[in-house]
Amino acid sequence: MKLGLAIDLDTCVGCHACATACKQWNTSGTIGPLTDTNPYGKDPNGAWLNRIRTFEVDESPQSKTVNMPLSCMHCEDAACVTVCPTGASYKRDEDGIVLIDQDRCMGCNLCAWACPYGARELDPGSGTMKKCTLCVDRIYDEQLPEAERQPACVITCPTNSRVFGDFDDPESEVSKLQKQREGKPLMPELGYNPVNTYLPPREPIERPQGGKVLGKVKQIVNRIIHR
Amino acid sequence: MHPAFSVLIFTVTAGVGYGLLGWLSANELFAWWVLSIAMQISIGVIAMVLISIGLSASTWHLANPKNAWRSFSCFRTSWLSREAVFAILLYPIAALYAAAIYFEWDSVGILAGLCLLFSFIIVFVTAMIYASLKTIRQWHHPLVPILYLLFAAMSGGLAWAFLLAWNDLELGSLIQVLGALVALTTFTKLAYFFIFSVPGGSSIQTATSFLNQKVRILDAGHSAPSFLNNEFIYDVAKVKLLRMRWLMLSTTFVIPFCLFYWLPNTLSLALAFMIMMAGLLTERWLFFAEARHVVRLLHGQQRV
Repeated sequence: MKLGLAIDLDTCVGCHACATACKQWNTSGTIGPLTDTNPYGKDPNGAWLNRIRTFEVDESPQSKTVNMPLSCMHCEDAACVTVCPTGASYKRDEDGIVLIDQDRCMGCNLCAWACPYGARELDPGSGTMKKCTLCVDRIYDEQLPEAERQPACVITCPTNSRVFGDFDDPESEVSKLQKQREGKPLMPELGYNPVNTYLPPREPIERPQGGKVLGKVKQIVNRIIHR
Repeated sequence: MHPAFSVLIFTVTAGVGYGLLGWLSANELFAWWVLSIAMQISIGVIAMVLISIGLSASTWHLANPKNAWRSFSCFRTSWLSREAVFAILLYPIAALYAAAIYFEWDSVGILAGLCLLFSFIIVFVTAMIYASLKTIRQWHHPLVPILYLLFAAMSGGLAWAFLLAWNDLELGSLIQVLGALVALTTFTKLAYFFIFSVPGGSSIQTATSFLNQKVRILDAGHSAPSFLNNEFIYDVAKVKLLRMRWLMLSTTFVIPFCLFYWLPNTLSLALAFMIMMAGLLTERWLFFAEARHVVRLLHGQQRV
């Protein structure tokens, strides 16, 4: 299995719900707590496993605002695992999830240096590295109804921009989306083979304009419907 | 990259220590100077003290040092683990070398050879911790381990020259050798600056998958600096970086060179060594401050 996420850059509205849902679930999950320092003060800081950046792509008037959630890509060639001196970072054979054994980590930061995606953050409380677990404590939990056996960020996303699944299975939704929408990896030139894929924004649909008169009629009708 | 003071102290101090130990063991193998037993052991102890100060400084930046002992476990994959293993292995070897000097064992040559080999390996492996990171273009380069080795040989050599002069030994051609070493290191460092004078590698386009469009950050997603900002986005004004480069070049290379080359007495060698140490700290600071991690692209920088 090669578990990961397909993230739709076309529909993501940048609401940060995935980041807060992630923090809420994982602070009491297997790698929790996710400590914050000075959370209500002037300079709040703390460990988050998912962060959303907003970019402007292309130039006006074709420019588009693209919201880009970034969490662990569960790379196939994960350098963060190779550089770890204590064996705390590991990649699971069975499903490819990259995890950190909190009891082994010595907080040397080297794995965070090796990660190009800023997916690893040092917990200021425990002094150990924290990262996305793909909610390993949800997706295999048979106590949960089957529909809820998904990462917290995926369940909470209001626009269904995050899809979780097995990229090794060509019939899975993520594999199909990656194929149909030509999902792209981030920074492929570094050779880490990230599993998560980013679905590019769709091209704007050309509306049929019709003739000059028809166009005018359509405009009027549209205006009436709009009211 | 954020220059953690503990790491600067570690690489500079341990580098001098390994360099000095290397010179001491090389002298045993090639018999350049005849040193008394007490002097050989004292120099060895000085080297090991410098190394130990450096290594303990390296543990200050661990956020969870109680697990530091586990860092010996991933020798086959992790350069940091290799560094830890070799650094610890050197201690019994150095102790045996000291015993061999004191009791005048026949095996002293083999032990000196091992100390020389280990000093070389440890400096190389330490540099590889940085050079193995593909995320930082300025570190992922063969010149990085070469420079670390040159710096260790150069600063250790200057310490060695000072200790010889202090004990009234004839320096002979050591000054010329050191001069050549300083010149070689200077040119290597200048070549390093030249190679990284233009940005390259990953860009904001490859980081966001929009390869053919202009990309500009609108919002980094957090209102206050996070771990990522503190660790990877260490912004220094270009003017200050340039000033630090001049300061580094003059204190690491030019001033020490002038001092020991034209005035090779004990006092000026000591002065040259101290100025070089300050220079090396500046060099290591620059090594971090000028290193640009690709996470910066996700925070809006166009190129690294």
